Amino acid sequence: MGLRIHALDAYRSGDSLVHRLDARVKLVLAVLFIATAALTPDGAWPAYALLAALALGVILLSRLGVGFVYRRSAVALPFALAAVTVMFSTPGQPLLVARILGWDVTLSDAGLVRFVSIVLKSWLSVQMAVVLTASTPFPGLLQAMRSLCLPKVLVAIVGFAYRYIFVIADEVMRMMRARAARSGSREGRGGGSVFWRARVTGGMAGNLFLRSIARSERIYEAMVARGYDGEVRVLRPPSLQLGDVLVALLFVLVLGAVQALAQLF
Amino acid sequence: MAVEICIDVQDLSYAYHDGRQALRGVNLRVRPGEKVALVGPNGAGKSTLLLHLNGILRGDGGVRVMGQAVTEPNLARIRAQVGLVFQDPDDQLFSPTVFEDVAFGPLYAGLPEEEIRRRVAWALAQVGAEPYAERVSHHLSLGEKKRIAIASVLSMEPEILVLDEPTAGLDPRTRRRLIGLLQKLSQTLLVATHDLWLVAEVFPRTVVLDEGQVIADGPTEELLADAVLMGAHGLEVPHCYLPHAERHHG
Repeated sequence: MGLRIHALDAYRSGDSLVHRLDARVKLVLAVLFIATAALTPDGAWPAYALLAALALGVILLSRLGVGFVYRRSAVALPFALAAVTVMFSTPGQPLLVARILGWDVTLSDAGLVRFVSIVLKSWLSVQMAVVLTASTPFPGLLQAMRSLCLPKVLVAIVGFAYRYIFVIADEVMRMMRARAARSGSREGRGGGSVFWRARVTGGMAGNLFLRSIARSERIYEAMVARGYDGEVRVLRPPSLQLGDVLVALLFVLVLGAVQALAQLF
Repeated sequence: MAVEICIDVQDLSYAYHDGRQALRGVNLRVRPGEKVALVGPNGAGKSTLLLHLNGILRGDGGVRVMGQAVTEPNLARIRAQVGLVFQDPDDQLFSPTVFEDVAFGPLYAGLPEEEIRRRVAWALAQVGAEPYAERVSHHLSLGEKKRIAIASVLSMEPEILVLDEPTAGLDPRTRRRLIGLLQKLSQTLLVATHDLWLVAEVFPRTVVLDEGQVIADGPTEELLADAVLMGAHGLEVPHCYLPHAERHHG
């Protein structure tokens, strides 16, 4: 043992208003924030600024560190590149025409505005998701999903995935270490052909799959041994506190105001 | 419930899907409160036998627990009476938090919420793990996981505890703690292990299993001191049972 992949764990313990807020409230508010960002029209810059300020306020309240949240949310930026094509496909005033592979490609002003808006909106959304996952222990998120009437079996599957991803990642690291330990080579001689290496890697993947199946059988036995009968059961979650409800109301009002402003603009 | 024999295994045989015969006519009777060690080489059938005690595996022959046959209609009751602790705690602790793992058995037994919370607190206290309730299992050390795995069956308040290799992979201090815990438990204990020092210390009675058969069954100090018997079944005589002279040379 001793190999742990804590980097996979998004939660950062701490004591702040955001950490203490009920997980159900946080999940709903984060989803609402993301929906608001998505519904804000292209180029509504003042609305974006307000949303960014709101996100910044939440980040400061959470005491997670602005740098930490911005760095982590930047991970999602490459996915926004999928929206690059809108720059060229949205009709509008041409800014630039280039000839690529015999095609006339036109960059329009409306396309540029739309692209920048999409990147900003997704970045803001990811910021809120980062704050949510970093300030809420995963079991709290699972409980929140259950309370919000997501199918129980689905939540249970997410729970198992979270519980065992670390175990499986440990297993992968042990296998890689075992391979590295036997991969000595004499000077000037490489470690086999690409084909051979691919076969070794394929074998490792297959091995991991078989081990995971065997483990899932043992887990099922452990569940059955304690009375599992095929139905997912959980204890009733505690009721919401007045403070949580007030915070939720305030946040929803702010989001509503931002949205109204964005639509008027 | 007053029964004379709490585990009664008669002529039990079991073969795996691939045809490998794991158990061949095993007989074993355990009285309430007895502490019995099950020893034998790898592949002797120890774990297979343990999995029969609450009906996870069903072989040919008779298994009775607390006077009830291990059959489909009795399974739920028997599983509440036999606490089975698996070798790898990562298999046993499958819930997001320690609390949920320890609460799993009582929850599925259909107990009211108050009683579930009381039992979880009690079981965690038994293994000295009260502060871990809200922790996430994958952050725990192996020793902590082993203790919490035991708590996860203690919360069902079983009459019989069945453990598979409880001390495997533990460092001496953690192992010592676990032995202290095993000595403290009042339940009937049946433990499969390679740790013969543990056997010598905690279990008055030993059963030697090899190739799916009970080879010997008797007082621990007699069996473990029998060098011929131990050697023939891939085991060894622990130092504490060696004659004084051999201890210094051997």
